Amino acid sequence: MQSSLFEKAVALRADNQPVVRIVEMLSGADWLLTPAGIEGSGSLPPEVAEAASEAQRHDRSHDIKHGAQRYFLHVYNPPRRLIIVGAVHITQPLVQIAAAAGYAITVIDPRGAFATAERFPGVDLNEDWPDEAMEALKPDNRTAVVTLTHDPKLDDPALEVALRSEAFYIGCLGSRKTHASRVERLTAAGLTAEEIGKIHAPIGLHLGGRAPAEIAIAIMAQITQVLHLGDGREVKAKAAA
Amino acid sequence: MAESSLTNAEADAILAQARDWRSAGKGVAIATVISTWGSAPRGVGSQLALTDDGAFVGSVSGGCVEGAVVTEGQEVIADGKPRLLDFGISDDQAWEVGLACGGKLEIFIERVEA
Repeated sequence: MQSSLFEKAVALRADNQPVVRIVEMLSGADWLLTPAGIEGSGSLPPEVAEAASEAQRHDRSHDIKHGAQRYFLHVYNPPRRLIIVGAVHITQPLVQIAAAAGYAITVIDPRGAFATAERFPGVDLNEDWPDEAMEALKPDNRTAVVTLTHDPKLDDPALEVALRSEAFYIGCLGSRKTHASRVERLTAAGLTAEEIGKIHAPIGLHLGGRAPAEIAIAIMAQITQVLHLGDGREVKAKAAA
Repeated sequence: MAESSLTNAEADAILAQARDWRSAGKGVAIATVISTWGSAPRGVGSQLALTDDGAFVGSVSGGCVEGAVVTEGQEVIADGKPRLLDFGISDDQAWEVGLACGGKLEIFIERVEA
């Protein structure tokens, strides 16, 4: 492992930039795929460089054979993100559990009394209106979005942005009845049935708990399940098969 | 769905520790899980960084093969040659450092150059 590339990889990660490290396992020759392109000495077959970009997109490290050579593509991506709308009681344990699972967390709540540093020490708090905040945060396919305010004025604008994004998970707190009226409002706002169908509601896996920390566990469990196994419909189909 | 086997924060912490050890003048090697079969406990990409004085951070199994990896890592630090190791139930070493879970895995160990 070349010293200069190793230092570069550590520095890029400290700056929260994505990196793929490529190593040929017979010789130990290595390269980096950085936002600026491929770096390293020696020639890297274009097919391997392309596979490294692909591995980065899919967030998946793997080995690859090319002729007599065998390469390992090691993806170092920034943490997945969790965007929570509503600095409510459930948010407090959810922030802790999500942090332990490696997520970078942002809590959006324009109500100043809720999103305080005392209630959320060390958490990235955003007091903009939820639609503006969500536009600025640009949820991507490594982002989960959770709305917890119960208040359509706050949840809905955030959802209208999130549902049109590539967020891999979107969940909303509220009963089936609450969700039915949410679906009506979002439909009236012009979202398609397919977009609205992305919402997980009532939120969380059915674990039976009622305490805020228990609900937070159910939410994080569902996010984890969707991340690794796909959404609930696929999981149910697998269980039934 | 795509996944990585360890949280990104864990991966970053292992790299940072390896860098700190290098800066402190220690010999350092990094071991990485390259492939797994069956019920290997840590997934592809899991890492362990180790020093020439036997310290290590991270993990490449549930504790079954770390000892062997750290020992082999000393050789890698000494001669600078990368090594690809196989562990698993069909391995000759099964009785000593095999995986009780019945899994198999390949681990690549390389030196961090000075």
